[in-house]
Parts: sequence; structure tokens; C-alpha cells
Amino acid sequence: MELLIKNGYVYDPINKINGEKMDIAVKDGKIVESVSSDAKVIDATNMLVMPGGVDIHSHIAGSKVNSGRILRPEDHYKDVKPRTAITRAEVGHTVPSTYTIGYRYARLGYTTVIEAASPPLKTRHTHEELNDIPLIDKSCYLVLDNNWIVLDYLSQGEIDKCAAFIGWIFKALKGYAIKIVNPGGVELWGWGKNVESLDDQVPPFDTTPREIIRGLCKINKMLNLPHTIHLHTNNLGKPGNYRTTIETMDTVSDLADGKPNIHITHVQFCGYGGDSWITLRSGAPEIAKYVNNHNHVTIDLGQVVFGDATTMTGDGPFQFILQNLTGNKWKNADVEAEGSAGIVPYKYKRKNFVNAVQWTIGLELALLIKDPWRVFLTTDHPNAGTFMKYPRVITWLMSKVAREKVLNKINKRAKKRSTLPSIDREYTFYEIAIITRAATAKALNLANKGHLGVGADADIAIYNINPMEIDPSKEYKKVRRALKRAAYTIKGGEIIVKDGEIVKSFIGETFWVKPAIPEDLEKDMLREVSEKFKEYYTVSLENYIIGENELASSKPIAVKTNL
Amino acid sequence: MKTIRNVVCPFCGSLCDDIEVEIEDNRVVKVRKGCAISATKFTKYNEERIYKPRIDGREVSLEEAINEAVEILANAKYPALYGWSCTSTEAINIGIEIAELVGGVMDNTASVCHGPTILGEQDAGISTCTLGQVKNRAELIIYWGCNPAHAHPRHMARYSAASRGRFVKGRKERTVIVVDVRKTHTAKTADIFIQIKPNSDFELLTALRWAVKNGELEQEEIAGIPAEKIEELADMLISCRFGALFFGLGLTMSAGKARNIEAAVNLVRELNNYTKFVMVPMRGHFNVTGANEVMAWATGFPFAVDFSRGYPFYNPGDTTFVDVLTRGDCDAALIVASDPVSGFPAEAIRNLAKIPVITLDPHETLTTMISKVVIPTAVVGIEAEGSAYRMDAVPLRLKKLVEPPPGILSDEEVLKLILKKLKERVK
Repeated sequence: MELLIKNGYVYDPINKINGEKMDIAVKDGKIVESVSSDAKVIDATNMLVMPGGVDIHSHIAGSKVNSGRILRPEDHYKDVKPRTAITRAEVGHTVPSTYTIGYRYARLGYTTVIEAASPPLKTRHTHEELNDIPLIDKSCYLVLDNNWIVLDYLSQGEIDKCAAFIGWIFKALKGYAIKIVNPGGVELWGWGKNVESLDDQVPPFDTTPREIIRGLCKINKMLNLPHTIHLHTNNLGKPGNYRTTIETMDTVSDLADGKPNIHITHVQFCGYGGDSWITLRSGAPEIAKYVNNHNHVTIDLGQVVFGDATTMTGDGPFQFILQNLTGNKWKNADVEAEGSAGIVPYKYKRKNFVNAVQWTIGLELALLIKDPWRVFLTTDHPNAGTFMKYPRVITWLMSKVAREKVLNKINKRAKKRSTLPSIDREYTFYEIAIITRAATAKALNLANKGHLGVGADADIAIYNINPMEIDPSKEYKKVRRALKRAAYTIKGGEIIVKDGEIVKSFIGETFWVKPAIPEDLEKDMLREVSEKFKEYYTVSLENYIIGENELASSKPIAVKTNL
Repeated sequence: MKTIRNVVCPFCGSLCDDIEVEIEDNRVVKVRKGCAISATKFTKYNEERIYKPRIDGREVSLEEAINEAVEILANAKYPALYGWSCTSTEAINIGIEIAELVGGVMDNTASVCHGPTILGEQDAGISTCTLGQVKNRAELIIYWGCNPAHAHPRHMARYSAASRGRFVKGRKERTVIVVDVRKTHTAKTADIFIQIKPNSDFELLTALRWAVKNGELEQEEIAGIPAEKIEELADMLISCRFGALFFGLGLTMSAGKARNIEAAVNLVRELNNYTKFVMVPMRGHFNVTGANEVMAWATGFPFAVDFSRGYPFYNPGDTTFVDVLTRGDCDAALIVASDPVSGFPAEAIRNLAKIPVITLDPHETLTTMISKVVIPTAVVGIEAEGSAYRMDAVPLRLKKLVEPPPGILSDEEVLKLILKKLKERVK
């Protein structure tokens, strides 16, 4: 099938196209130079054209997300949509059903989303849900930092075997990147404990959070994985934790070679100054300063949006603290030899001092970090708010007026302590295209995503707004409305959304990395691992492996390693 | 003869995955490592089989049976789809779409076993874990209202009391407590047996929480147990490094139901202020957990989903199959991998007998006998593959070991055919 998108204002930062009026030609799911006269024409005159959105961190599938659904029937009652001839029924607000997730991302013009944390033992579940998320392409990060086999190898200094094990696990379980969640702390949560610094011991392993992070960062390079290590810090959610965040970034600075080698996720949750909830302040200026001076770091925001949320992380001890703070219902789910997960429903309130400070932190980070290629838009869905609120966050970034409107309603003490009122920066459409698709695709090293150059996947978002005429600073509501409902979303060359409605549905691809591991090394490693498996796990190694036939639409990405 | 190793047993919620079976002439001839129930399941699955589809007791072709099933579902105003705990997750997933398409009720057997566990969790949450966490760490284990020695025969050896883990090496290093109304076989193996007065679980759980929090109890006796004993128990719970509470229908189905679970959740939550504590439901059928999981990701709700509005609506006690049936609301039923007639209240069964019932099952059951349409299917985990979720929600892949009898398809395949035809019929 051929498509010609005519006369749109195109924002394609990877190809340095900044609001040029041009045509985009599509054939067989790819962007091409030109198409025949038979091509279906989409008139994008006076519209905004961008690559499809790429979300680098969102909780969309797997045991933790589904536990959230089961835990929260009250979340689903008021947010429903009946089945249509094209779509399945939609249900759920902060923790929507798989179908709902696919449709809602597509309506926003997003076409690629990565599940942020899958414990290996439950990754079969993650894939079963990914199989049922329509339209978007997807993948998942594997949580590996509190994995006993990894910790054993790191403690013994057997980094080659550790790398071979991690390489094998990506092949076996079909994941995309190494996720680190409160390294060491989650292992200790097995005993109801936690770590407090990067140098705490993690008995019985002879290692520390710092050594785990450094070890996995080195292994990431040895395996030549497409993404960096993707890290949720220690001390998350605690006042004063911005220091831990900077220390964490700095602990791998000497391992960098000019490119980013660490991604710190949802930095809002680990960007707190002060030393108690009373003295809490934003640590964003300090973090932004570090990021501005060090190009080995990328971050995403975890921006708070006031209203309902469901907190869900692999950080069991953090969720335990949160349930004690809120008294809300709490689910904890530890996974043998691998980690944990916790879920606590939450509501962010404007008048609440802590929530208001949290709101300012995310925006400060985005506005104070100068290089948009290293700061990405997320709400850590559904932790700080749902992904449906991205248009709202975008308008806060594009309009000082929009920010001030909220600032006038939030807790007064929080406003007084924040530097946000003094920041004048307003994002351009070009910068928005960077932080929502171009930079995230680049950080994931997805060569065919996040841009509209010839050969790229024809994943395209068209919004009904004229970027040449509108002043987003003043007319931010118009921007928000346009971004909420794409005029067109095109996925793999197919029109899936028209005027904010789903017009076609199918299942997108699940991509995963397949690192090449030297045969002898893999054999040696597997011999040891199969012995450990009998002791550590309650399933056999054979049954742990996920067959490629278990993925609805599997897309392996071969990786040459440096092993 | 060939040997297949690491077979996942499709019987109970323990989903033991280390079974070895020997196959000869497309038959399982020997089973190693499985419990007695497992061995029977693998070797006798061919008894009481149904080999031909039936309409009103008359043998028909598969196509005729499917057409009749489609007619019944398409013409029904409010059909109910029920069962699902003994089939693959993939099959259940198709069932959900059928229910959505015809605007019916989709419910699974959790509504008559661990439904209260889910309701308790929805009220208060739950601190839980995978079974390996118990194997590796638990120094203290409580079995409350459950009897794994009979119902989950290898549970204690593989996952709990007598399992050998990284930090806790076996039965001798663990304290085992059983709370039950009678001295079960499990209770006989326990270090401490608490014989509780029937229907007083809520009181004992609440008293325990009080004792954990405040040390002393005012009353002399609660739930038939002396206060000193309860206080002593509370001290034990606090002072272990890792404790696990396993619970069964003795807790979910005795007086209080979901409130019992909520009380247990709150006790465990309180205990986590002092030590590490978790609780795990002893789920019965091998994929009842999977039924809850797939329904939750596809509809938001783990059981009792009503699609009559076009979108999922959940109101247990109203949208649960047994209630829909007792009220006489549904005008057709599709039963898959379950036998409600053998366990439901008489009034519900009387109403079920009045409406056209379609049943998919490998075996003859009381439900097949009252069904208008019977479609025999393959035995999942022996003749058909698919995914299943263990009681702790660990997903495993069931294997296909032998070919099903000629002409017999899996639940998944039959449901796909029904769905395809229904889509042509219903818009």
C-alpha cells in the first residue's frame, strides 16, 4: 500500500527537519523517496507531522500491571467504552486493559512503547499481555540487578560468565535492556530490609549497590546492547535522595566513552532535596547541573500530574514505606531469586505540599537540562500519572502561562520554595518532537523508529494544529486538544487513527535482542546455572525459557557482542 | 518408547514442572516424580472420554455441533460462559472475546473457591510472593484452613514445609503451624496445631493482630484458644526472619469469607512492621489463577464480568455465574473445562437444566449429561499445549505429550471456530 502525506509541517529532529512544509511518501510500511500516482493522499495542509511517539518507560504489561488491575476495580468502573466493529471494549483508568492501552497510545500518536520492568520468572506473563496490546510495537526491560545468579557472578568477579548469563537471558526470555531497580535493596527486602547507600553490603553476597551498577554497566558494554542500563535508584522516594542520584550517575562516569552509558529513570522520584518531608525541596537544579556537565547520562522525568495514579514499582521496600505513609491498600509480590514488586494506589493533590513539590521537580528537570536529547518525557505511567496526560505535560513545557496557572493553585509553601516561577524557558515543537520520539528512539538505538527519513518505519503522527500560526505559549489549550486526539496515526504504513478514532486494529511487533555469545562460554555458564537453578528456583531451567512461538509477532534484533 | 522430562502437571495449582513421563504408542505408560493424583491424571486421562460431538444426545459432526453452539449463543439474550480453570490461558482468552461479542457473563470457578480471596485483596491488598521465596527463606510456615497433604500433595516437599532452599535447608529448620477445625493429615505433621472453633477465623486473626501490635489480650479465650496461646503465637510470628501463611477454602468459605481474608491481610501487613511476612492462597485447579489473570488483563476484572452493556461490568454477588443462574437470568450457557452440576446449589442446577447448555470437556461429567451440545476436546497439558499460571501466578507452558483421539480438537481450537462463526453472525 502507498500513502502520500502532503503539505504538512514536518518536525523530524533526527533528520534536522524543523517545521518544513513537505510531503512524506510511504510504501510497504516504510518511508520512501516517492510513490506512484496511485498512492492514497492524506492532506496534511496546516497540520503538524511528527514521527510516531516512542515511550521509553511505561508500565503496560506483566504481573505487576495486572496485579494493579486486579487490586483496583474502583479504577475501572467510570472509564469504559463498549466494543465496536473494530475495537474491543475499553476499560480502566490508571491501570487499563491491554486493548485499552494500545488504542489510547495510538490516539495520542504513539507507536512504540517499552514495558519498564519485567522480572525474568514472570516474563512469560509479560509477553502474554504484550501479545494482547494492539497497534503499537513494544518490548520489555528485564530486571536483573537483584538476580541471584548475577549477584553470585559479580561477587565472584566472574564478569565474563555474568555477561554470558545476561546475554543468554535476553535470548531465552525475549527482553530488550537491563533494568536495575534499587540494586541490593530489593534483595534485602526479601528479609524486610533495604540499603541506604551505594556502599552498603548486600549479604550474603560480597557486593554493594555501587559494584552491582558498575558491573552491569560494564556488561552492557561487553554485550553491546542497544540501550544503556536503565536504572531506578536506591533511596527512591526519600527526602535528600538527589545526592544518591548524582552519586549513582557519577559512579559510572569513568566507564563512559563519549556516549551515554546510564539512563536514570523517573528522576522526579529521586530528585528530592531537604532531609525530611517537612524540609523537602526540589533537587532538580543540582541534578540538572550534573546532567548539563556530563554527557554520559540520560534521564526521563516521571512527571507528576495531579489526580489519580497507581504506584507500581519493582522496589518493594519503597512501596512498603508508601503504604505506611498513606494507609492505602498495598500489594507486595516478591519473586524468588530475582526481586520484588509493590503496588499502592495514590492520588496527587495540588494542595498537598509534598505532591506540589513533586510536580515542580519534573518540570524543573525538563526546563533546566539544556540538551533535550538527554531528557525524555514520561509520567512513569501509571506511577506519577497516566500516559494519557502527556499532552498536558507538553503544554506545561511549552507555555509559561500554563505553568503559572497551576502554580497559582498549588500548595503555597511548595510554590515559594520552587525555582519554577523564575524559569522562562518554553519548549518548541521541535524540542517536543525530540523528547517524545527522536531522543527516545535514539536512546533505545531503534534505527527505524523516531524519524521520517527514507527507510524508517512508517510510524507517523499527524496533529490538527498549524505550528506556523499558533502561539503555544498562549494558546496552549489548543495544543493540548490537538495532541490528545491525533488527526491521523499511521503505523507501519497503515492508517490506524483518524480524527482521534481507531479505524483499524492489528497486533504490532514485539522486538527483543539476541546477543551472540561464544559457544564454549555459554556452555560453561549454563552448566553452572542449571545447578544453581535447582537450588534457587521452583521451576526447571527448561520451563523458564520462552519459545519464540509464544510471541504473537516476534522481531529479534541480532547483536554482535564484544565477548 | 520416549521419555519426556520437565513436564508440567495439569492437575492442581502447584503446577509441579519436574514430571517425567514415558510415552509408548501415543500413550503415557509411566509417570515419575508426580504425586498419586498426578500419576492417575497422566495414565487414566483416557477413561470416561467422549469421542463424538453430540446434540441432544445424538452423535453429530464437529461442524454441526459448532453450528448449533453458534446458533444458541447468537440467539441468546444473556448467555453465561463459565468454568475455565482446567484449560489453557489461550482458550480462556478466546472465551472472553466470545462473551464480549454476545454480551454475556464471563465467570470462572474462582467465584466458588478463592473469590473471597480476590475480594479481600481488593479491599486491603496482599503481601505475597512466589513459592521459591518461601522455599529459600521461610523459617515459619502457617497452613490455615488448608490441607496440602491431600489437596496439593507435593506442595510441602517442593515449595514449603520440607523444601530445601538457599537459606533454609529443610523441614528441621522451619517451624510449621497448622490452624484448622480438625486434626488433618497436614496438622499431624505440624510442630504446632491450633484447633480453632468452626467459623471463628476472623476472631482469631483479629486477636492475633491485636497481640502482635499491643502484646496482651484482655479476653481469656478467643475462638476456643486461650489468650496466652495467642500471645505466644504472636511472639513467634514477630520473631521469625521470614514467615509465610498459606490458606485454603477453610478460610475463604467459612463464615466471614472475604472479611476473613481482609483480617489475614491486615495481620500480615502489621507483621511486616516487625519482620518479613507473606501469604499465598492455595489455589485448586491448575489454571484457575490463569483464568483470573487473563480476565484481568483483557477486561480489568479477574472474574464475574458482565458484558451486557458492551463493556466489562463487575459486581460479584450479582454478575457471578451462580447468582445469575439462581436468579434464572441467563438463557444459555457455555461451560468449558468445569462441572458446575456436580457442585452448584440445587436451585442453580434446576435453572441450568432449563436452558440450552453447550459444554466443552474431554470427559463425561454430570454437566455434559444435561447439555444440549457437547463438544469433546483434548486434555490440556497431555494432548494440547498452552500456558497456565501456578497458584503464585508464575506462568508455565503446558506440553503436548501425545496426540488427541482422531477428530478431537483442543478447547482453544474449538473456541476459535465458534468465535469465527459468531463474528460472521453477530455484528
